[in-house]
Amino acid sequence: MTDSRLDPKTAPTMRTEPCPSAVDFSKLKGDFPVLSRTVHGHRVVYLDSAASAQRPQSVLDAMDTYYQTTHANVHRGVYTFAEEADRLYEAARVAVGRLIGAPDPEHEVIFTKNATEAINLVAATWARSNLRSGDVVLLTDMEHHANIVPWLMLAEERGIELRWIGIDDEYRLDLSDLDRLLDGVKLVACTTMSNVLGTITPFAQIAEAAHRAGAVVLADGAQSVPHIPTDVARLGCDFLAFSAHKMLGPTGIGVLWGRRELLEAMPPFLGGGGMIRDVRHDGYTANVLPWKFEAGTPPIAEAVGFGAAVSYLESIGLDAIRAHEAELTAYARSVLTERFGDDLKIFGPPGTVERGGVLSLAYRDVHPHDLAQVLDQAGVCVRAGHHCAKPLMRRLGVNATARASLYLYNDESDVDVLADAIAEAGTLFA
Amino acid sequence: MTGLEDLYREIILDHYRSPRNRGELPAPPAQRVEGFNPLCGDEVVVYVQVNDGTVTDIRFAGQGCSISQSSASLMSSAVKGKSVAEARNLIRTFKAMMSVHEARLGDAPEGASSNGSGEDGADVAAPDPESLGELAALQGVVKFPVRIKCATLSWNTLAQGLDEAEQGTPSPF
Repeated sequence: MTDSRLDPKTAPTMRTEPCPSAVDFSKLKGDFPVLSRTVHGHRVVYLDSAASAQRPQSVLDAMDTYYQTTHANVHRGVYTFAEEADRLYEAARVAVGRLIGAPDPEHEVIFTKNATEAINLVAATWARSNLRSGDVVLLTDMEHHANIVPWLMLAEERGIELRWIGIDDEYRLDLSDLDRLLDGVKLVACTTMSNVLGTITPFAQIAEAAHRAGAVVLADGAQSVPHIPTDVARLGCDFLAFSAHKMLGPTGIGVLWGRRELLEAMPPFLGGGGMIRDVRHDGYTANVLPWKFEAGTPPIAEAVGFGAAVSYLESIGLDAIRAHEAELTAYARSVLTERFGDDLKIFGPPGTVERGGVLSLAYRDVHPHDLAQVLDQAGVCVRAGHHCAKPLMRRLGVNATARASLYLYNDESDVDVLADAIAEAGTLFA
Repeated sequence: MTGLEDLYREIILDHYRSPRNRGELPAPPAQRVEGFNPLCGDEVVVYVQVNDGTVTDIRFAGQGCSISQSSASLMSSAVKGKSVAEARNLIRTFKAMMSVHEARLGDAPEGASSNGSGEDGADVAAPDPESLGELAALQGVVKFPVRIKCATLSWNTLAQGLDEAEQGTPSPF
């Protein structure tokens, strides 16, 4: 390793701007080139950031500059380009770790393909070496398929038992039976925020109870890390998974953060170059953290873009972003309720304290695909479908919803366009 | 520019609001086949009764958008009373109409990729819309490539039902 990596101890703190009013959110659209596009003759209104966010110019520039001025493979060369690639890749790791309050980012932040791969990494390594037939994994009814299917696969493979925390009538996790559910549990894998309901789960409370019961705790932070200040110590998680593309970064890169002693004890994930210390005819020795889990050429330019995305988010401040989205969510709820009354149902907790800016909608009997199609004609991008959360959809009693999700670049005018377009759908399907 | 009126023709909205042949048939003797669109969660159940090589009755159930539901309704009206051979021909003709390839030769929708693909095996000569009657109302769907699978869901399910009816295999469901 070189000495020129960022030292996390001297790096800026994660909350750069505690005062929400200091940021003019109405100007942020200008930082995102794609948001100036028109679709079907209308200004694009992007309301699908829960699926994937857009990128500011600074992220695009960082990746372009990287490829235009340098690039080499990491960890393998002594020449200038290789040294630069190495330094930039590792600096991104530290920047990302700093954003989530990782105490030891240089060793604990593993770059993966996405949040899905991060969860699969835990299932393939920690779980395979710690769980056996009859052991219990506790999930919730709010999980994305990414935090369900790896555990179903493990259940098939070695007979582990899955249990589920249900939800109450206000779309919160029902923790009334938590202690009984936790009995004998080895792992709790739980979202920090639902990608369908927007519900922010009481993760720290669950983690504390889980630890008392002797369980390890994994947080699926794909929805919350981009929108809410995150501190792994405050969350109380042992693992945290999230993706860059939902937080203004490129696709193809995500993160598994894990407590160092757990990561040290885990066997490697994929085998190949980079993750080894030594290879012989009769075996191999795994590399040290974090490279033990990063086989093959990693997404280097994507890491550079991810680092730039983190810088952009920090320049605005996650506190300010959270406050802006809470305000906008309240505005959206009041506009939609005022205009459509009982014709429009929002699946999610009331208020703004226990929820983020994800609004899953059912409008009269207009099918979500038809609603999304009419909205597209007005330039409005929303997602229609099951949102990769079919157990939750079954619990809600619907096949699909239309989901509008907000981010820092959205404003009240976007909500107004959404409401007008919903009204158009109402006319068409009258 | 492709307008919504190309997609949501009046016939389609009418069949969506007032679906024909919605319901169930006792199976057996009818074939009962389920179809899923895993991308969006839409599902359709087709009940088809075949006697002496003729589709004597057909019903459909399930949940879906206006395109998938109206397509199932239009399909049921079109094949009821037809011979199995005629029904298979109609399936082929309908799926050919749903080929994106044909739409590419005309005005491609805004932002569509230049090498999108239609339904498997649908790359044949354009059918005569006249021969399709009311079904031609669904032709506009090809301009919205994401929705093609909605329109073809019930047809693919019917094709499976006819196969099973002819093979005399019991419905797996």
